[in-house]
Amino acid sequence: MSSAAPGGTTEQGRSEYGVALFLAALGILVVVQALLLPESRIARGPVGPATVPIVVGALMVIVAGFLALDVSRGGRGEPEGGEDVELSGSSDWRTVLLLAAAFVANALLIESMGWWFSGAVLFWGSAFALGSRHYVRDVLLAFALSFGSFYLFALGLDVVLPPGILEGIL
Amino acid sequence: MDAFTELAGGFATALTPTNLLYAFIGVLLGTAIGVLPGIGPAMTVALLLPLTRGLDVTGALIMFAGIYYGGMYGGSTTSILLNTPGESASVVTAIEGNKMARSGRAAQALATAAIGSFVAGTIATLLLALLAPTVADLAVEVSPADTFAIMVLAFIAVTSVLGSSRVRGLASLGLGLTIGLIGIDPTSGQQRLTFGIAELADGIDVVVVAVGLFAVGEALWTAAHLRRKPIDVIPVGNPRMSRSDFRRSWKPWLRGTAIGFPFGAVPAGGAEIPTFLSYVTEKRLSKHPEEFGHGAIEGVAGPEATNNASAAGGLVPMLTLGIPTTATAAVLLAAISSYGIEPGPQLFDNEPELVWGLIASLFIGNTVLLLLNLPLAPLWARLLRIPRTYLYAGILFFSSLGAYAANANVFDLFLLLVIGALGFMMRRYGLPVLPAIIGVILGPFAEQELRQALQISNGDVGGLFDPLSVVVYVIVALILLWPLVRRFLPRKVVPSVLEEATHEIEEAHHHHGLTDSVSVPAERRAPDRRDEAGSKPDDGGTRGV
Repeated sequence: MSSAAPGGTTEQGRSEYGVALFLAALGILVVVQALLLPESRIARGPVGPATVPIVVGALMVIVAGFLALDVSRGGRGEPEGGEDVELSGSSDWRTVLLLAAAFVANALLIESMGWWFSGAVLFWGSAFALGSRHYVRDVLLAFALSFGSFYLFALGLDVVLPPGILEGIL
Repeated sequence: MDAFTELAGGFATALTPTNLLYAFIGVLLGTAIGVLPGIGPAMTVALLLPLTRGLDVTGALIMFAGIYYGGMYGGSTTSILLNTPGESASVVTAIEGNKMARSGRAAQALATAAIGSFVAGTIATLLLALLAPTVADLAVEVSPADTFAIMVLAFIAVTSVLGSSRVRGLASLGLGLTIGLIGIDPTSGQQRLTFGIAELADGIDVVVVAVGLFAVGEALWTAAHLRRKPIDVIPVGNPRMSRSDFRRSWKPWLRGTAIGFPFGAVPAGGAEIPTFLSYVTEKRLSKHPEEFGHGAIEGVAGPEATNNASAAGGLVPMLTLGIPTTATAAVLLAAISSYGIEPGPQLFDNEPELVWGLIASLFIGNTVLLLLNLPLAPLWARLLRIPRTYLYAGILFFSSLGAYAANANVFDLFLLLVIGALGFMMRRYGLPVLPAIIGVILGPFAEQELRQALQISNGDVGGLFDPLSVVVYVIVALILLWPLVRRFLPRKVVPSVLEEATHEIEEAHHHHGLTDSVSVPAERRAPDRRDEAGSKPDDGGTRGV
């Protein structure tokens, strides 16, 4: 499916090397971190806390090498298809970044404002990012979901989500 | 007959009104979430994990049994009505099922899938009940060295699934193992890969990893390529079958069960290969081979039964050895371990009530599934029309909710986004998600077995090799070196059925990748494929001779 890959074959070819590079870097990081572990007195025999990380890290570096070799021979990772996925165009980074922003907003607001608010922001923001333009309907739906899930978790599962500024009211 | 006494006890546990309610809710939620496009069974289980936090172990497991089967059936509904397999195991269902639906036989396709799943699920669960205690007894004899070897086999098997790139599978496994390493090493108490971050000391919660890789990764990936045109859902009435449909379905159901269960029960099986095998078998045995490719009911009945039977079979290694072979089973394993229960040979002795309650609720879940899904099919079909903006916004909403509720920690939300970004990258570059999730969940167990084995042998590496583990390592080596091994084999050794299955898998992978595959003539893509075949050295093992 390399011809249908977003960004064209040459561009994807170059970014595929990025994956190999990422794997290699991560592998080296894992190995180095394992080597820096202090000597353990409890571990017996050749397998201490560092052994498995070293093997895993080395595996990643080797795999990265093979992957780079594969890419240089023209092998391409096949982007995953799906019912709602159209692979003919290039990636829509604006949507992805807006979604990430909504996601981060939830993480930043959840404890100060409360889930009822941050969750609604997340839902509304995501729907907006994905192209929904029914602003009012989305707001109502977002709050219905966030309040609904708050009470579902509180009453049904005994898990209290942060009430935030509505502490004592909810 | 011992198993039957135990099983009766299991039913006594599961058949209390409360537990029955949990099974019912599980099936309902599992189907409702699983039927949503873009949500496969593994993601369904991961997303619904937090809901069971408030329950006691038995209740939670019973609900899981319902979610497990519900999620799988939901996936096949989506495959049939939308031509959109939620996971690799239902790829085959989509081939004939969607063709049937397009020619106005959606109701029959759904019915044969539902009844076939029920028949296969019931027989396979019965086999599980009969077989698992024996396997558990045998497994007690299995040394840590052997368990480690079998886990290595599971790792290699999931990375070398037919029809996908082996090196990318290994890359994905490496990523998973690395995530699994994060946290305090239980043996020595040393912090690994935590970089001084206190939140990482306990490791990354499996819910966060599973939801991140499956749900957030999928939502971000789909958002980047969202198809803006309206989708085409085939309207469906109540599922029903005529007498001739039954006559054509019952043998495929039974054959599917026979193919699926053993594949699921082997620690390296999975569901993809058996479903394709079943498809090819039915195509060969069918009295209407000309209908294949245009909506043959046998092509839905067989693979669907196979899929369910292999799911039940997959519980054998999961419960007796603690080794999952599918993503869904991996998430289930993580859920069970989160209650402090360690699946393994001792499970049947230590927690008989729990295990047999779980097995009994698999029967109940299966029955509830049939009772619910025949009348509710039109409703599920309507769920498919949910606006995509709300669907993916909802996935992100519930992912965050689940990840936060697990530990009430904001840090997990950022982690979720990072892992979601990783999932996005994996989808973009064709790294399969399954090896990563198996690596995360099974990696720590494997390390524990390895070190235990070496402690028993007092540090002697030779302690890792005994007759059983050597056999397993030979199998591992054969799988790894298959492209090389095959060159030395005479041509006829590769069975032609398998070869045909391989071919079908490749075809389906191509269809899977291409969204409007139905309208694209096959010849147009053929040169492109051959090109790829020639240039992928690691892909050699998947080609027919």
